[in-house]
This record gives sequence, structure tokens and C-alpha cells, in this order.
Amino acid sequence: MSTQTAATASPGLRGLFAHMPPVATFGPFIALAIACTFFAFQSDRFLAGQNFSLILQQVMVVGVVAIGQTLVILTAGIDLSCGMIMALGSIVMTKFAVDLGMNPYLAILCGLLICVAFGFLNGSLITYVRLPPFIVTLGTLNIAFAITQIYSKSQTVAGLPDAMLFFGNTFKIGDTSVTYGTVLMLLMYLGAWFVLRETAPGRHVYALGNNPEAARLMGIPARRMLVGIYTIAGLIYGIAALLLVARTNVGDPQAGQTDNLESITAVVLGGTSLFGGRGMILGTLIGALIIGVIRNGLTLMGVPSVYQILITGILVILAVATDQMSRRKA
Amino acid sequence: MKAKKVVLLCLLMCAAAFAYAADQIVVGLITKTETNPFFVKMKQGADAAAKADGATLMSAAGKFDGDNAGQITAIENMVTAGAKAILITPSDTKAIVPSIKKARAAGVLVIALDTPTDPQDATDALFATDNFKAGVLIGQYAKAAMAGKPARIATMDLAPGITVGQLRHDGFLKGFGIKAGDASIVCSQDTQGDRAKGQTAMENCLQKAPNINVVYTINEPAAAGAYQALKAAGKEKGVLIVSVDGGCEGVRNIQAGVIAATSQQYPLKMAQLGVDAGVAYAKTGKKASGYTDTGVTLITDKPMKGVESKDTKFGLSACWG
Repeated sequence: MSTQTAATASPGLRGLFAHMPPVATFGPFIALAIACTFFAFQSDRFLAGQNFSLILQQVMVVGVVAIGQTLVILTAGIDLSCGMIMALGSIVMTKFAVDLGMNPYLAILCGLLICVAFGFLNGSLITYVRLPPFIVTLGTLNIAFAITQIYSKSQTVAGLPDAMLFFGNTFKIGDTSVTYGTVLMLLMYLGAWFVLRETAPGRHVYALGNNPEAARLMGIPARRMLVGIYTIAGLIYGIAALLLVARTNVGDPQAGQTDNLESITAVVLGGTSLFGGRGMILGTLIGALIIGVIRNGLTLMGVPSVYQILITGILVILAVATDQMSRRKA
Repeated sequence: MKAKKVVLLCLLMCAAAFAYAADQIVVGLITKTETNPFFVKMKQGADAAAKADGATLMSAAGKFDGDNAGQITAIENMVTAGAKAILITPSDTKAIVPSIKKARAAGVLVIALDTPTDPQDATDALFATDNFKAGVLIGQYAKAAMAGKPARIATMDLAPGITVGQLRHDGFLKGFGIKAGDASIVCSQDTQGDRAKGQTAMENCLQKAPNINVVYTINEPAAAGAYQALKAAGKEKGVLIVSVDGGCEGVRNIQAGVIAATSQQYPLKMAQLGVDAGVAYAKTGKKASGYTDTGVTLITDKPMKGVESKDTKFGLSACWG
């Protein structure tokens, strides 16, 4: 947590350092910079605008899911059902549009609504029935998966209307094609960053994670907030579903099965503590980018996929160790 | 007096039901997962064969590809429930062997479907696709289709250590006439047989080697993902994609020009042969043994000289999923 030093009004360098967050929060950014520098030297195809646009597209879906996961983890919770809720949302919106001939925007809305409903279910079970988030989301993971398979009969849905594919469309910045979906992801991160940092409800999220009892005594409507956070996370998974559909061009009932662990990895690599109460949402974006950069860079170098998994595992341990050490100092 | 008669009647009926059930031959089917359309078709085939043979089918599956513990539990339950034969697609080909040994020691016939155990003779018999041959067929097809042009090959593989992925990959190389590490293989990445992961892997491979013109894919979802990546890069016309599986969606993708050729396999046949063998064992004590190749057919709409294939009309009539 960033400590605000008292107004020891000494301008210049000291004052500057007093206002910057502690070095620990720079860790993920430094790791990303090191990775990028390394790969830039290993392959001359890495440092290209088109390559970076590609990496952004590849981390887009997990990146958006990870926004919801960050919110949940900040409250010292966890959401294992994120990928399955997203898959269910994508099947609902595509099947409604293709099989039922529904207006695409209405179909998208239905997909978002089912995701919100599952998020609300998660939040209610955790808050009002007081079940542990791990267990609840483990259950809803399976329920969402089963419903997806049953409704879709395990078939992918193709022939989607153009309106649904909008976020896969590209526009040019100079020589580089950028998709609207990646722009949306970046805007969502900026929005989340602003809300968490600058608004009261945002700061309350941190309070909930740090010390729920103290938060409640402070007058924060803890239970309502917690349900709200899981519900908003559900909405975010729904948006991820739309981005997934736009990127892959189909509704795929087998999608999202590893997204829960991938999003948690992004959150952890970004410096957010799994114990709640501290972390930066922009750190999650950096964490997602680190995974994407390593995957892309190692492929450009011709290194087998298994090493991507090895390096990710090592980085996760390093990230958690760094978090633990800085907690002890504080 | 009347109440006693009713109770006696009920007891008699229960006893009859038990006797009837005890007479029914029970065959167990354990698949890797419940949702993969390949296994859904296998279960359908087993259901139909069991009905035709007058046997009862018990089915179970792991929760995910690799769920060994789930399959061990299923074997134990089925042996206890009196299954005479168990058909299994093993998730972990080594770790399941002790449980299979125990079942066989209890007099149960165990047949591996689709994937051999390690070692292969840990089960009484194996009814499976020759995955190596499946790879060879598409490798030969790709070589013929390239017609001497220099090939720049990308392989979209499964995941480290899984035999099915390794066999198909090695078969493709043999069919194409190259060895591992050949210079014409410009990129190899894992996809876990997943569509989105296939798309990402192909995108990164294209970044590394923009002039890829042949893509070997482990299965049809990975192929669809690879096609999506090629299309986004504007390269889909000049690149040959080959795959394995022969699911109905995959065959439709051949018709659409997404996949050039696929090796079709027959889960239905595996299940049918398995149930029939199980019922035969229960009735006569004759054990099935050895390896039975359930067949693999190259499906394509653009046949190449020297490589035997059938068209998509046949493919659709024989497909699964």
C-alpha cells in the first residue's frame, strides 16, 4: 500500500520520491521492460508495431477477464468461474443471434445479462450464505460449464452477424492495424484504474479486502458492496465474451477453460496480493502483457512451448515472493 | 390378510427385478471427458451396441483431459457393480495401469479404446485409430499437394508428453518425407487442441515466418483457429492446412475450403467393437486380444495422385460430433 508521507514540504527530488509509489509496485513494469529488451535483441521481428498490436489482441480476452478477477481478488476473494461464465455468455449471445434470429445487439445484451446473473449468484452465495469464494466459484464454474455444453450441444456457433464482430475490426495507426477490441480493453483498464484510485467506492474495495470488519464499522455497506463487485465482475466477463467472439469469429463452448488460472496469473504477476487489500489494476495489465510477450517472444525465437509454461511458473513464484517480502517490511 | 398378500407380491416383484438385473450383462465405458464430441459419439455407439446385444451400459468419464483419479474411481465402481468388461480411453496412459491390473485380476475384461495404455499389453485388447498412420496420410497428401515447391511448414501440436499428439506429428513428418529438425519446419507450437490457442500460436508463427505455406494441425479446432489467424493476415489462400479427426464440423470445414484434407477416425466403430467384445466375453469367456485398427480414411475434395482418399460426401456420412 502506498504510504503518504506527511507534508514535509521539501520540494525537489525528496518531495518527488515522497509522492511516488514504493519500488515494489514498479516490479512488474521492470519485468516487462526486461523481457521486451531481451526479445528485441533475440529477434528483429519483435520490435514492430504490428507485432505489438498482435500481442495486445492475444492478451485482450484474458486481460479483460483479469479486470474482474482483480476486483474480486482485491476483496480477498477469488473467482474460479470467470472463464466458464464468459463461455456461457458467448454461447448465449451467438446462439440467440444465429439460431433465434434475434437482433444482434439484443442478443449481446442477453449474453451480458446471463453473465451478470451468474456474477450476482456468486456474490449472493458468498455474502449472504457466507460460503468461501473458492468453493462457491468452483461450484458455479461447473454449473456454467454444464449449461454451456447442454445448450450448445457442444457445437460451435458460426455465421455470426457483422454487428457482433465489430470489435475484431481494425483501423490503422500509421502502418499498424489496431483492433477496436484492444482499444476497448485499454479503456476499461483506464476506467477501472480511475474508479479504484480516485473514487470513494473504489477505495472502499481496498478497505473491504484489508479488513472487512473495520470497513463495516466505518459505515461502508460491506455486504452490498461485495455482491456488487462480483456482479460487476460478471458483467466484465460478459464483455470479454463479446471480445472473444469478435476475435475468433465463432461461439465456442469449449472456450475459456484455462482462463481462470490465466487471469489469476496475470493478477499475481501484476503485483496484486492474493490476500486482498493491495494491488494496482494497471499491474494486472502489465501481468497479462508479460505472459503475452513471453509467448510471442519465445515463438519468434523458435523455443518450444513448454518453456513458456516453465518461465511463467518461475515468474509467478517471484511475484508472490516479492509481494510477501514487501508485506513483511510494512 | 390382504396387506400380507400385497407385501408378498411386492417382494416377489423385487426379487424378480433383482434376478433380471443380475442376468443382464453389464459393460462399462469410461471416457476421458464427457463433453468432447468424439467421446459423445463413442458413448452413443456404445449405447446402441449395448441395446442391440441386450446388455446394460454403465458409463463414466473424467472431469477433464488428464483426470486420472476420476477414471480410477470409475473403474473401481464398475468392478463393484459387476461389470464384466470395461472399455476405457485412458487419460493418463501410465498411471491407470495398476487399476486396470486390479480389474483384470478380478476377472474383468479391459479394452483400451482410441488411446493405448503404456505398456500397450496392460489391457486385454486395443481398438484404436492408428494415429501414426493418420499423420502419414496427411503428410503424404501435403507433399503431393505442394508438387515440388519448397515447403515452409508450421506444426500446431497438442501438448508436451501426450502420445496421440506425438504419433500424429511424427506420422506427418514421415508422410511428408522429412525428419525431425528439418529446415523446412519453420515453427512448432502447442495448442492444446483449442481453437483460440491455435489462433494465437499461428499468429506468432506467422510473425516469425511470414511465408509459411503448409500447416499441420493436431485436430480440427486447432486448424480452425489457425485458419482464422491466416485470414486476419490475408494469407488464407496460399496456405495448405491439414488435420486429423474427421468430425462433422471438420468435414464441413473441408467443404468450406478452410482445411485441405483430414484423416477421419471412427469412434463409433471403436465403441461397437468394444461392447461386442465385452458381451462375447461375458457369454462365452472368450477374451479379445491384440490391436484392432478401427480404420482411418483421408477425406478431401481435392484428391492427389498416389494418395488414396474419399470425398466430403463420404466424410459427412461417416462423421461424428
